[in-house]
Amino acid sequence: MANFRCLIVEDSPTMRQLIVFALKRIPELDIVEASDGVDALKKLPGQKTDLVLTDINMPIMDGLKLVSLMKGNPLYKEIPVVIITTEGAAEDREKGLALGARAYIPKPIQTNNLLKVVREILGL
Amino acid sequence: MNSQDDKKNLLMRGQEFLQLYRKVEGFTQELLKENERLRYRLAALEQEKSTAPCVPPEEVASLRGRLEQLEAEREALLQRYKQVEQENLDFANRYLEIEEENNNLANLYVASFQLHSTLDFKEVVQIVMEIVINLIGAEKFGLMLLDERKGDLYAVSSEGIPREQIPHTKPGEGTIGRVVKEGGPWIAESRPPGPPGAIEPQVVIPMRIKDQLIGAIVIYALLEQKQNFSPLDYELFNLLAGHAATALFASKLYSESERKLSTIQGFLELLKQ
Repeated sequence: MANFRCLIVEDSPTMRQLIVFALKRIPELDIVEASDGVDALKKLPGQKTDLVLTDINMPIMDGLKLVSLMKGNPLYKEIPVVIITTEGAAEDREKGLALGARAYIPKPIQTNNLLKVVREILGL
Repeated sequence: MNSQDDKKNLLMRGQEFLQLYRKVEGFTQELLKENERLRYRLAALEQEKSTAPCVPPEEVASLRGRLEQLEAEREALLQRYKQVEQENLDFANRYLEIEEENNNLANLYVASFQLHSTLDFKEVVQIVMEIVINLIGAEKFGLMLLDERKGDLYAVSSEGIPREQIPHTKPGEGTIGRVVKEGGPWIAESRPPGPPGAIEPQVVIPMRIKDQLIGAIVIYALLEQKQNFSPLDYELFNLLAGHAATALFASKLYSESERKLSTIQGFLELLKQ
């Protein structure tokens, strides 16, 4: 049933579980979890990834660095990235979007909004 | 000479008259034929008219009745269509409401699941902090616990504000103290700016197990994008008031018992030697 692989990068287990729980409503999604940017980069190779949802403020490697590395790599630069962060200010959003992120979801996450963005990007 | 001319003239006039007569004769013949054709046509039409079927008045009345019935049916169908359309709209709205409720329940489930997922005190504190940040959308807040020996509330963790800036509070004193003594979650009616540097609580959520006060979550500021509280927030306040209290109390108790157990074990080991 799962046609799309979605990688969730979030250091907070609570937040990660919340996102996973919400995205389980989309049966076409196969969800993979990563706790930071480095963990995400380890989980990207091998299988085709269709979408990356990443937090910005994370230890070891933050979300903006992850977006930057992905967009600089020919293997991953086409993967759409959605940024999730507590920062409502335009600064982080603009940074992320300038680096190549497709969309921005502010925390606290509205499940409907999250599902809408994911469905739109994956054309579901 | 004259008599010959007269004869010629007379002959010519006679011939002209004859030609005219023949033309008139031809014209008359045509008129007679046309007249005859029209008479046949008239006779045929009269014949057709006499043989054409005649609709009886009863049938006309019946057909009119049927027409009225069909009109009424059409009107009823239109009414039913409108009714179904309205029902459809109501169902769509209800679906959205249920979807929203479902989302809220999922969030509450995750929060509750996480709160009871560990007995490690530090982890429980971290989870409470994450819930307040990620689900409520607080920017500046503190988690306070009751020091049973001193009888006051002190901050064990904070976000967006130094922990030391959160004053110790005795139940009954100040906004926080008053709220924790009275009971349920409290939300400030307005958000006054206050003097520079001052921190005024916007939300106070007392944490209790039955009547026993465990602590309180004090929110001083919400995230920029968080303009107001949703029904989910109020549910989360209630959830935190109960479940966070239980989780914090249980983990604290567990940590203390672990510490005591290791002390006793160490003591026993010492006795054995």
